Amino acid sequence: MSSSVPTTISSQAAANRLLLRRKRAERRFQLYGILAISAAVGFLVVFLASIVSRGYMGFVQTEVRLTINFEQELVEAGSYRKILRTSLAELFPEAGSSRAERRALAGLVSAGTVFVLRETVEADPAIAGTVRDVWVLASDPVDQFHKGRIDASLPEEERPISDASLARIAALEQDGRIALRFNRSFFSRGDSRNPEEAGILGAIVGSALALVVTLVVSFPIGVMTAVYLEAFAPRNRITRLIEININNLAAVPSIVFGLLGLAVFLNVFGLPRSAPISGGLVLSLMTLPTIIISSRAAIRAVPPSFAEAAIGLGASRVQAIFHHVLPVAAPGTLTGAIIGMAQALGETAPLLMMGMVAFVVEVPGGFTDPSTVLPAQVYLWADSPERGFAEKTAAAIIVLLGFLLVMNGLAVYLRRKFEKQW
Amino acid sequence: MHTRLVAAVFVAGAVAVAAGAAQARDQINIVGSSTVYPFATVVAENFGRGSDFKTPKIESTGSGGGMKLFCAGLGTDHPDITNASRRMKGSELEKCRANGVQDVVEIKIGYDGIVIANAKTAPEMHITLRHLFLALAKQVPEGNQEGGKLVDNPNRTWADVDPALPNVAIEVLGPPPTSGTRDAFNELAVEGGCKTFPALQAIKQEDKNRYKAICRGIREDGAYIEAGENDNLIVQKLAENPNALGVFGFSFLDQNRDAVKGASIDGVPPEFENIATRAYPVSRPLYFYVKKAHVDVIPGIREYISAFTSDDAWGDEGYLTDRGLIPLPTDERTKFGDDAANLAPLESL
Repeated sequence: MSSSVPTTISSQAAANRLLLRRKRAERRFQLYGILAISAAVGFLVVFLASIVSRGYMGFVQTEVRLTINFEQELVEAGSYRKILRTSLAELFPEAGSSRAERRALAGLVSAGTVFVLRETVEADPAIAGTVRDVWVLASDPVDQFHKGRIDASLPEEERPISDASLARIAALEQDGRIALRFNRSFFSRGDSRNPEEAGILGAIVGSALALVVTLVVSFPIGVMTAVYLEAFAPRNRITRLIEININNLAAVPSIVFGLLGLAVFLNVFGLPRSAPISGGLVLSLMTLPTIIISSRAAIRAVPPSFAEAAIGLGASRVQAIFHHVLPVAAPGTLTGAIIGMAQALGETAPLLMMGMVAFVVEVPGGFTDPSTVLPAQVYLWADSPERGFAEKTAAAIIVLLGFLLVMNGLAVYLRRKFEKQW
Repeated sequence: MHTRLVAAVFVAGAVAVAAGAAQARDQINIVGSSTVYPFATVVAENFGRGSDFKTPKIESTGSGGGMKLFCAGLGTDHPDITNASRRMKGSELEKCRANGVQDVVEIKIGYDGIVIANAKTAPEMHITLRHLFLALAKQVPEGNQEGGKLVDNPNRTWADVDPALPNVAIEVLGPPPTSGTRDAFNELAVEGGCKTFPALQAIKQEDKNRYKAICRGIREDGAYIEAGENDNLIVQKLAENPNALGVFGFSFLDQNRDAVKGASIDGVPPEFENIATRAYPVSRPLYFYVKKAHVDVIPGIREYISAFTSDDAWGDEGYLTDRGLIPLPTDERTKFGDDAANLAPLESL
């Protein structure tokens, strides 16, 4: 073909040059794309690596095996402090009975050990009067040292653990009385001011309760709004105004919703402060625009022939929408809802105003119990002076990321499963 | 069918809320200072585990925010106790009374030192309050001399402030103005240095506002860097930058002695004993305030107060000292211990 077109040599060369330049431009453009992706992936890897390298140790905890003599009289008198003290003194007979020495010995194990011993006996009263080996949590400095986070070569006054304690830890190690074990209390307890005892269950339950409220409130309202606006509402100034407002609401900073919630839900309606019900309501205000916008897009993507065919066969508008349009639009609607929930899960700012950034020890049992949420727990731990909270913070972030991953995975799965081809 | 299900869930939710709101509160609500938070939470946790009462809920709202919530009124919707890293102001007590909170019990729990620290690897700093004022104030006397007219702070390096100090740029990381630590630092350290100039102190008599602006005004040209409320972050940044100094609470120095060290101020190093004896100049009292009308209405308040004021907690060797609280001298402890036991309300401020 090309031979039949008369071309001069110079114009042929110019065309080739032009072609080369275009190809180069295309390669260059691809290179920019690859660079952009590598930068994004690089940031993600650095972020994940730093969180995981700090946080994985948060899932294990140093424990110490103590031989405890649960003397009948002491148990009955509730003198668990004395029971613990006696057991430690037997383990390290060389330590004197001075107050300072006793404190140093007690400092090897968690400050909550006394309560743990009591809870052990309460769970199984037959223990009273016997001698048992009990694994108890090590104190924060011992834990941090055993995990290699404290440099023993520093001068004594510069590290949070004394030479005497180091010698005792070495002795415990020789006897096989010290070990890293899976950190059960991290997943079974609420917050604590002792990093070794601090758990995330309270925050997980609090987040779950708040999200249930958010879903129950915002999903039906969001979907109904979208259905009405798309299928029923007349196109006039008022609906256009509403549309613009909904789109704007999606961009409002979340703290504004917090202030609104404080003024309306807490001060006017008198809902309880720091409770998942109030937090969830605020989060649902925040999630509503996301759900409405994505549901409307999903409904609009359903070909109008679906509804027209149903109406043509005698269905009412409502029947056409609910039987034919909504089921097809469901994957998009659900995806929007889950993405909105995932956003709500990561939100702290509005909950700060609702008093959900708080020290709550007991795991909440209902919608009106005081509770905190996962990101608020991360914030509180990051601000604590004790060393052990650094890894707890990172571990909590890993848990939060895990939940986000599961929710986004669920969104992808639902879309795949229910997506229909036409 | 689906709509019916949704409606049912709605109704169930509404009923649950109504039932919850009608319930009386059986848990103490505490708000207030983020500086007192680490101490109050330890007491609350031990109190909750060692008694049949629920563990109190503690929000860290800052001293000022806590006062606002505390003084908003009586009743289960309002907190029972507020923590503060400064004394309640007269205006705040008036607001409390205007809202029906007649009797407020004041309990001083101890002291907190504010330290100026730098990296372990950096040279030791020996500074005075006067150095801090000259390095950080917005305006200083010309030539750093008594009687000089006030000029915008020209000091770029510590050697500019005093030739005996190292020749490195002034770079101080500290809390933002919303923080109680910052208030105390301005008042105790910067104003303390300001007072060493008699000419500046004399302004206090003539024009209180102008005195405050001069003696508590921090420069805004980048030498003082607002590093946020998170003290752990400041510690991390100091470890990476040996030229910078940081301002934070004593407990963070205590926990991070392998990374940072405290500068001595006016010749006194920031040690536990020095803060306890008040020899260290930058320390402040910590308080909590109790609504007397809530005692015996919300269960456990009396017991929480006595747990906080037990020797086991706030004593010279109590568990709060392990967390960095500097205990009160014995006479003050006896006085506030009695106040706490008798629930003696504040007369006036």
